[in-house]
Amino acid sequence: MSRHEHLERSIPSTSADPKAEVTLTVNGVSVTREVSTRMLLSDFIRHGLRLTGTHVGCEHGVCGACTVMIDGRAARSCLTFAVQADGADIRTIESEAEEDGTLSALQQAFQECHGLQCGYCTPGMIMNIRAHFDSGEELDLSDEGIRELISGNLCRCTGYANIVKAVRRAAELAGKA
Amino acid sequence: MKPPLFDYLVARSSEEAVKLLSEYPGAMILAGGQSLIPAMNFRLAAPAALIDINRISDLRRIDIVDGNVRVGAAVRHRDLEQNDAAFAANPLLRAALYHVAHVPIRNRGTTVGSLCHADAAAEMPMVLLLTGGWVTAEGPSGQRDIPAEEFFEFHMTTSREADEMIVSATFPGLPTGAGHAFAEFARRKGDYAIAAVGAIVERGADGVISSARIAACGISSRPVRLSEVEAALVDTKLSDDDIHRAGELAKQSVTAPDDAHATTAYRQHLLASLTRRVVRQAAGIMKES
Ligand SMILES: Cc1cc2nc3c(=O)[nH]c(=O)nc-3n(C[C@H](O)[C@H](O)[C@H](O)COP(=O)(O)OP(=O)(O)OC[C@H]3O[C@@H](n4cnc5c(N)ncnc54)[C@H](O)[C@@H]3O)c2cc1C
Ligand code: FES
Ligand code: FES
Repeated sequence: MSRHEHLERSIPSTSADPKAEVTLTVNGVSVTREVSTRMLLSDFIRHGLRLTGTHVGCEHGVCGACTVMIDGRAARSCLTFAVQADGADIRTIESEAEEDGTLSALQQAFQECHGLQCGYCTPGMIMNIRAHFDSGEELDLSDEGIRELISGNLCRCTGYANIVKAVRRAAELAGKA
Repeated sequence: MKPPLFDYLVARSSEEAVKLLSEYPGAMILAGGQSLIPAMNFRLAAPAALIDINRISDLRRIDIVDGNVRVGAAVRHRDLEQNDAAFAANPLLRAALYHVAHVPIRNRGTTVGSLCHADAAAEMPMVLLLTGGWVTAEGPSGQRDIPAEEFFEFHMTTSREADEMIVSATFPGLPTGAGHAFAEFARRKGDYAIAAVGAIVERGADGVISSARIAACGISSRPVRLSEVEAALVDTKLSDDDIHRAGELAKQSVTAPDDAHATTAYRQHLLASLTRRVVRQAAGIMKES
């Protein structure tokens, strides 16, 4: 058996790469693009739109680094195909700061409380917390409530204590505490 | 970790989705994608085509029909969790959904998708079995109801035929006055259960237990009813001894072999204590019928 036999067999019989056109709103701007059906929304955001603030850690839903808002709700961009986002309203970390670079209350709080070290998890954390802040649902600012809120976002640096503080501080800054 | 090539088909109605399933051998239904897309990213699944059912508005309905909660195939876990009418009819739905993954995953994952995926440790298949519910399958020759007992065959295997799609799941409402509880042990919040147990108990006017339904997941190759425990609880007044014995009896139901998460002995220990906990909790909120 040739070493490549297995490899050759697994190449799809047709080399066609099915494509589709999508129109969606990203951070308030309407974009239309042709995408491969298999393109993940995370790759579309990072490579198609060059919005590299959205990070990719695991590509199977576990780490939360790729969290963005889809139609107002936090979701994993690595577990959504770009074609599925046709017509959707997407919000990424790039929408947080003002155009002149002024940080949002959430970003300020993370900075003040040292809620980040390497920063890899931070965009996903912030989009998840943003979705919850903006949902109008009740905020539980107890340690347990905040830990529950960020339980789907892994951070390998901070030990979470300062992230919990940052969420509480952000609620204060945003007049929600 | 990128998914293989596939054709993407958007179904506008369940009839169209069923038709597409027959026309494209090797096609799979794409619901929330929260189990299927990770499997594709890992190249564990390589469907020739995906039939996206997310744009079928009829499937996004939660209806209370004869006191039962009927959940359409495109209803997100989070929508069911937050639905007050569903909560009023069957509070176990919200209690169990709280343990399914994390909010961002529940925002996209569907409850029916989770039933179809049929992970042996998943919460909602167990709740369907516990409450005596069923799924409704639609195929080229029409619809049929499949009771939970017959639907879940093995870990990630159901009795759904390849040309059928599941259009809804029906979770019966709880009997008035029934006590109910759900408890789970997982290593981290949002993980699949190492063991989880649900209970529904009813008491007669004489203070004696007239009916008990107990089910568990994570301990076998599919969700199971703990029938020995149920039989032992009926006709008792749930004394400490009765509840202790129920926990001991529950241990027999663990058939999962030692795995990376837990040994069989540890799962037996968990199942016994979770069973005692749900029976006590259910008893605490039970009213005389
Ligand atoms: C990090 C992480 C943690 C998770 N933790 C848990 C957990 O603790 N407990 C738990 O239960 N789940 C958990 N899940 C899985 C989650 O609940 C999924 O949403 C669910 O299992 C599948 O639903 P879906 O709508 O996403 O289905 P999909 O991923 O779209 O589909 C899953 C499978 O079901 C088939 N299918 C879907 N809908 C239909 C239909 N209507 N008819 C026929 N076939 C259909 C698909 O073809 C596919 O084979 C987790 C997922 C992730 C990523
Ligand atoms: S990259 Fe999406 S959850 Fe990890
Ligand atoms: S700051 Fe480094 S992973 Fe969270």
